[in-house]
Amino acid sequence: MLIMRHELLLIIITVILLIVEIFLPDTQKRKIILPAILMMAAVTVLGFFPGTPGVLFGGMYQSTQLTMLLKNILNIGVLIIFIQSVDWLKQEQNKEKISEFYILMLSTLIGMNYMISSGDFLMFYIGLELATIPVAALAAFDRMKEKSAEAGVKLIFTSALSSGILLYGLSMIYGTTGTMYFADVAPMITGAPLQVLAFIFFFAGMAFKISLVPFHLWTADVYEGAPVNVTSYLSVISKGAAVFIFTIILYTVFYKIAVMWSDLLYVIILLTITVGNLFALRQQNLKRFLAFSSIAQAGFILLGIIGASQLGMTTVVYFALVYIFSNLGAFGVVGIISNRTGKENIDDYDGLYRTNPNLSLVMMLALFSLAGIPPLAGFFGKFFLFTAAAKQGYYILVLIALINTIVSLYYYLLVIKAMLLNNSDQPIARFKSDTYTRIGLLMCVAGIVIIGFASSVYEFVYSLSFGLY
Amino acid sequence: MSILTLFIIIPTLTMIGILFSKSHMQVKWVSVVGMSLQLLSAIALILLYLAERRAGNMAEVLFVQDNVWYETLNIHFYIGVDGVSVAMIGLTALVVFAGIFASWNIEDLSREFFISLILLATGVFGFFICLDLFTMFLFYELAVIPMYLLIGIWGSGPRHYSAMKLTLMLMGGSAFILLGIIGIYMYSAPGGGPLTFDLIRISKQTIPIDVQRFLFPFLFVGFGVLGAMFPFHTWSPDGHASAPTAVSMLHAGVLMKLGGYGCYRVAVFLLPEAAHQLGWIFLILATIGVIYGALGAIWQKDLKYINAYSSVSHCALVLFAILMFNQTAMNGAILQMISHGIMTALFFALIGMIYGRTHTRYINEMGGLMKVMPFLAVAYVIAGLASLGLPGFSGFVAEMTIFVGAFQNADTFHRVATIIAASSIVVTAVYVLRVVGVLLLGKIKNEHFEDLPDARWYDKVSVIALIFGITLIGMAPLWLSDMINGGLGPIMHKLLVAVPVLN
Repeated sequence: MLIMRHELLLIIITVILLIVEIFLPDTQKRKIILPAILMMAAVTVLGFFPGTPGVLFGGMYQSTQLTMLLKNILNIGVLIIFIQSVDWLKQEQNKEKISEFYILMLSTLIGMNYMISSGDFLMFYIGLELATIPVAALAAFDRMKEKSAEAGVKLIFTSALSSGILLYGLSMIYGTTGTMYFADVAPMITGAPLQVLAFIFFFAGMAFKISLVPFHLWTADVYEGAPVNVTSYLSVISKGAAVFIFTIILYTVFYKIAVMWSDLLYVIILLTITVGNLFALRQQNLKRFLAFSSIAQAGFILLGIIGASQLGMTTVVYFALVYIFSNLGAFGVVGIISNRTGKENIDDYDGLYRTNPNLSLVMMLALFSLAGIPPLAGFFGKFFLFTAAAKQGYYILVLIALINTIVSLYYYLLVIKAMLLNNSDQPIARFKSDTYTRIGLLMCVAGIVIIGFASSVYEFVYSLSFGLY
Repeated sequence: MSILTLFIIIPTLTMIGILFSKSHMQVKWVSVVGMSLQLLSAIALILLYLAERRAGNMAEVLFVQDNVWYETLNIHFYIGVDGVSVAMIGLTALVVFAGIFASWNIEDLSREFFISLILLATGVFGFFICLDLFTMFLFYELAVIPMYLLIGIWGSGPRHYSAMKLTLMLMGGSAFILLGIIGIYMYSAPGGGPLTFDLIRISKQTIPIDVQRFLFPFLFVGFGVLGAMFPFHTWSPDGHASAPTAVSMLHAGVLMKLGGYGCYRVAVFLLPEAAHQLGWIFLILATIGVIYGALGAIWQKDLKYINAYSSVSHCALVLFAILMFNQTAMNGAILQMISHGIMTALFFALIGMIYGRTHTRYINEMGGLMKVMPFLAVAYVIAGLASLGLPGFSGFVAEMTIFVGAFQNADTFHRVATIIAASSIVVTAVYVLRVVGVLLLGKIKNEHFEDLPDARWYDKVSVIALIFGITLIGMAPLWLSDMINGGLGPIMHKLLVAVPVLN
C-alpha cells in the first residue's frame, strides 16, 4: 500500500472533498477553501517522507525514488496554485463551484501521478487521459465567458486528436513487439520502419501535450481563454508531468533508437525555441505572452533530454522545478491583478512599480529567473541545460539556444520596462492583496532565490537520475 | 575565511541596510559607510598583498579560499587574487566610492537606485576575485543586468532605447562567453579526471588546438563587446549618454574593464595558441577602434558622447596591448585599464556636475565656465591632460608602457598597427583641448550661467578622490607596475610555452 502512497493520499482527499461537496450548501462552499489547502499541504509534506520503491499490478505500476521526487515536485506546484487561486475562487461567480475546482484539479494530478509511475503503455495512457480531460473542464470554468468556453472546447478537441495519434503509435508498438510493458518493449525496439513510425506518432502525441512547435497551435488560445490559475496549472504542472514521463520513456524504452530521436529532437528544439520566442515578441496580452514564453521554455527543457546523460536528466528535473516556481510567480501576479482590475495587457502595467512595488518586484524576479539572470534559480537551470547539451557535442544547438535567450530577455524586459520604467496617467491603483496570494507569491520567491544557491537540491536530483551515456 | 569574502559581504550587508533605511538621507549615508568600508578593505588588501609578496610568498594566487558548491559538476566558490586582480579591485573600490558621492542628488526612488548601483559593484568585485569560471560568469551577468534599470529609470534622453540596446548587446556578448566557458569546461581535463571550471587548473592543461580555434573567437568577442571592441562598441556611446552620472562613471570606469580583464584572464590565458594564431584579426579591429574612437570624439558636440567615444578609443588600446603578447605591453594594458578607469570616471563625474548646473551638455552652448565654477573647471583640465597622456598623470604611464611594449614586435604588421594606434594620441589632444577651450575658456555665452554654484562638498569628495588616484599613479607608478608584473608571470609563461616564437 505504501508503494502507491502519493496516489492514495490524493484519492483520499479527493473523496473527502467529494463527500463534503454533497452536504455543503452553495452559500457555505467558501468554508472548504482552507481545509482543502491544508489537506494538500499535508499530502505534500507526507510525500517527502522516505517511501518504499516497488512494483504493483505485475509491473504496470512502478514506484522508484525518482518517481516519488517527481510527484513531490508536482505536489508543490499544485499546492502553490491552490493557494494562489483563493482570491479568484472567492469571487461571486465562483461561489458554488469552489469544491469542483479542487476536485477536478486533484483528479488530474492523480492521473499525472499514475502516468509518471506507469510501467506499461496502458497505464501510461490511462494516466494521460485522466490528466487531460478534467483540465478541459477547468479551462471552461468561467462558463459565462465565451473565451473560457472556447478554451475548453479547443483543449478537448486537440487533446482528443493528440491522444488518437498517440494511441495509434502505441498500437503499432504493440503490434511489432507483442507487449505493452516498458521493460519488455525496450529490448525489442530495433528501429524497424513500423517502429519508427510508431515512435513518431508517440512523439507527436507527447509534443501536443508539451506544446512543442509545430504542435503548439492550441496553446495560446487556451491559455488566454482559461482562468489564470488554470492557465498556470496547464503551463506548469501539465507540461512538467508530460516532460517527466517523456524523458523516462525516451531513456528506458526507446534508448536503442536514441540516435534517431536525438536528430528529431534537434529539429524540434530549434523550432520550438525560435518560434516560441518570435511569437512571444508580438504579444500584448500577458497570458498569451506567458503562453509563448512557456513554449520556448519547453524547448529549453528539451536541451536536457537531448543531453541523454545522467546530467541531462538531472537538468530536466531541476529546470522543471525552477520553472514551476518562476512561472507560478509570474502567473500569480498576473492572476491577482486580473482578478482585482480585469487588466491583462502589458500596457496596463505601466507604472505598476509606483503603485504596487511588491507585486512588481515579484514579477521582476520571476521574469528574470525565466530569462536566466543570476543569481536567481533560472540562471542555474539554464546553465546546466546548456552544459548537458554541450556534453554531447551539440555546440551549434547550444549557440542558437543562447541567442534565443537574448531574444527572450528582450521580451521579458518589455514587461519589466512597463512596470518600472514607463510612467502612466492611469496606473493600476494600489490595492492590498489577500494573505493567501501573499503566501503563494512568497513561496515562489523563496524558491526562485534559494534553489540556485542550495546546491543540495541539484545534488539530490542528480543522485536519483539516470541517463544513457 | 579569506579577506576577499569581505568584498562580497560588505556590499550585501550595505544593500540590506539600504533596504531597511527609512529616509532618503539614511539611504545615502548607509551607502557611504558601506562603500567607505569597501575602499578601506581594498587599501588593506593592496597593503597586505604587497606585504605578502615582500615576505617572499610566491604563490600564483594569494588569499585563496575554496569551497565546493556543486559537487557533481565540480563547481567551486574559489576565490584568490594576483597582482592584476588586486589592482582592479582597488580601481573598482575607488570608483564606486566616488560614484556614491556623485549621485548625492538622486531623489527619485533613491533606495532602489543605490541598491542597483551596489548590486552592480558586487558583480564587479565578484568577477575580479573569482577563479572559477562558473562563478566568474555568474558575477559578470550580475554586473550587467542592473544597468538596465539604472539607465532606464534614472537616465536622461532616449533612455529606454539606450538601456535596451546596451542590455541586449552585453547579454549577447555574455551568451558567447557562456558557450566559450562551457566549451572550455568540456576540455578542461584532457588527461582524464573530473572536468573543472577552475581557472588555475585549466591553465595548467593544454586544450586541443582545434577546440581552441573554435572557442577563442566566442570568448574574445564576448568579452570584447563589454570592452567596446569595434564594431561591437555601439552600445557604449548611447548607453553612456543616457546613463545617470554615477552609472556612467561605474560603467566606463569599471564595467568596461571587465571586458578587457576577461579577454586577458580567460580568452588569452586559457587559449594561448589560438590567441596567437587568430590574434591578428582582433588586433586589426582594436587598431581601428583606437583611431575610430578618437576621430569619433572630435565630431561630437555632446560632452558625454565625446567622452564615450574617447572611452572606446582608450578601451580599444587595452585590447590592442593585450594582443601584443609581451610582458611590457600586457603591463601597459592593465595600467591603461586602471588609469582610464579613474580618469573616465572623473570625466563623467565632472560632466554630470556641470550638466546638473547648466542643464545642457552641448559644448557650444557653454563657455567660460572657468570663471563660474573654477573648482570643477580645473578638475576638468586635469582629467583632460591625463587623458591626452601628459607626464605626471596616469595616462602617460599607461600609454608609454603600451607603446614601448608594442614596438618590441619587430614585424611590419605590428609596427604599422602600433604607429596607427600611437597617432591617436595626437587626435586625443585635439578633442581634449578643443573641449577645454570652448567649454571652460572664453566668454560666458549664457548670462544665466554667471551665478551658478561651484562644487558642493560631496562633489569635491568625489572629484578629489579620483584626482588623487590619477596623480598617485602618475607620480609613483612603480609599485603598481611591479605589482602587476608579478601577476603577469603565469600568462607570459603560458604564452611562451605555447608559442616559442615570441621569445
